[in-house]
Amino acid sequence: MIELLLPALLGGLGVSLIAGPLGCFVVWRRMAYFGDTLSHSALLGVSLGFLFNINITIAVSFLCVSVALSLVFLQRQRFIASDTLLGILAHSALALGLIVVSLLDTVRINLMAYLFGDLLSIGYSDLIWIYSGGLAVLLLLARYWEPLVSITINEELAQVEGIPTTRMRILLMLMIAVVIAVAMKIVGILLITAMLIIPAATARRLAKTPEQMAALASIFGCISVVIGILSSALLDTPVGPSVVVGSAMLFLLSNLFFGIIRLWQS
Amino acid sequence: MPSDSLIKLEGVSVYRRKQLIQNIQLTINPGEIITVIGPNGAGKSTLVRVAVGLVKPTEGKRIVKPGLRIGYMPQQIHIEPTFPLTVYRFLQLAHRAAPKSTQASKQNQRSKLKEQLSEVGAAHVIDTPLQNLSGGELQRVMLARALLRQPELLVLDEPVQGVDIAGQQALYQLISQIRGRYGCGILMVSHDLHLVMAATDHVVCLNQHICCSGHPEAVTNDPAYLELFGSNENLNLALYTHNHDHHHHLDGHVISEGKQDIDRPAEPNATRETSDKGGQDK
Repeated sequence: MIELLLPALLGGLGVSLIAGPLGCFVVWRRMAYFGDTLSHSALLGVSLGFLFNINITIAVSFLCVSVALSLVFLQRQRFIASDTLLGILAHSALALGLIVVSLLDTVRINLMAYLFGDLLSIGYSDLIWIYSGGLAVLLLLARYWEPLVSITINEELAQVEGIPTTRMRILLMLMIAVVIAVAMKIVGILLITAMLIIPAATARRLAKTPEQMAALASIFGCISVVIGILSSALLDTPVGPSVVVGSAMLFLLSNLFFGIIRLWQS
Repeated sequence: MPSDSLIKLEGVSVYRRKQLIQNIQLTINPGEIITVIGPNGAGKSTLVRVAVGLVKPTEGKRIVKPGLRIGYMPQQIHIEPTFPLTVYRFLQLAHRAAPKSTQASKQNQRSKLKEQLSEVGAAHVIDTPLQNLSGGELQRVMLARALLRQPELLVLDEPVQGVDIAGQQALYQLISQIRGRYGCGILMVSHDLHLVMAATDHVVCLNQHICCSGHPEAVTNDPAYLELFGSNENLNLALYTHNHDHHHHLDGHVISEGKQDIDRPAEPNATRETSDKGGQDK
């Protein structure tokens, strides 16, 4: 049992650790739809990986990064609003991915595993991906934390004060792309954004500073991974959705808690 | 160009599918307060954004004194409610990004930031979340943030937006004191010349191009100004000047100050009416 669950647990915890701070940026900068777009296009990465017979994680990272970069440039035009643009990209990439998958008649792909995650199929090679990608993102976050926070507060103020705002914005998008590529295995394409935003939203009311919020989001993410894996092991529920439901329950509980406190005080 | 001017704009025009500003000549010298006024859509913010380097001029040149330290206060900033940020942390971020020579040591940081806040009369909000500040408090905090960089040039885009009239006067007074204390040049945008008159050396009246400019008294009599804003005589407005003679505690109750009779209602002569000639326009 333990041998089966340990890689899953380690993988889930690794992803939660980096999803915490990055999820905060997604919440602060209202990038939830951006996350969705990247994760939807991840399926295209999966199918291309199979088509050209390259490592799936590399293919997905490559696709997420190129979608993120093309968004930076597409957002410079002003004829189509950002959310429309994201919707076009997300759904056409997902549709294209599904078509490519259906054309691959030589390989059988377990589509459900990619859409909703298959934490229990995680092997040690996946763990290497998760931890090396995660470490790179953590180092970058630590190095550029203050400028990233500054551009999130107010981009113009940051620019006048000499922070290279465009570079920081691209860096943030790239880090989110990497997290999505490695998180896909855990909760699946359709639920990745939840792993980014729900723990961050849960952390909001407990935090006084952005740093506290980032750390708390990581902790809440880890707790939901443990809840999800336990529920999967004991009740035989699908792992990815269980992690997300666990995380949503934490969110509800913390809101309930603060609601009661507020009632008590008034 | 005198070698000591801070920023000089030479024939600056900006187009963004339409003309925003046109052929602007402007020199900002140390210790000088320049106020830009103009109607909505006149390009005031564009001009300010060119000055701080956020917008590149389509035509013309922006000449900046090498190594110029600019303190910028944008139009009312919006802080996402999801972003947990106290005033202290907000200032700390700016302080760490400021030039090394202006930074206090780690141990002295809090006292230095507190000092900066008390200079603008906002020391009491140091641990308040930014989202809970009133309009006036937020503007004071933004001003403190801009001053942390020991700016040689302070650029303020509508610094009194969202502040009540009494607070506006106090803020303008503060800005004028700051010039005295820091000796910095100030470029600010305002929509009401009469409020800023006392605190201004030079007024630029903008309506895409510079309509007129000069000493405030002179500008108010300039035909170009009168055409844009009308003469004050024609305003069919009764201004009520509220002289706030007491202070409120944070929860709103009145703080008594010594023997002052705090419950005294505003005196009748606090009402001032401008002459009532509204019907006689052009």
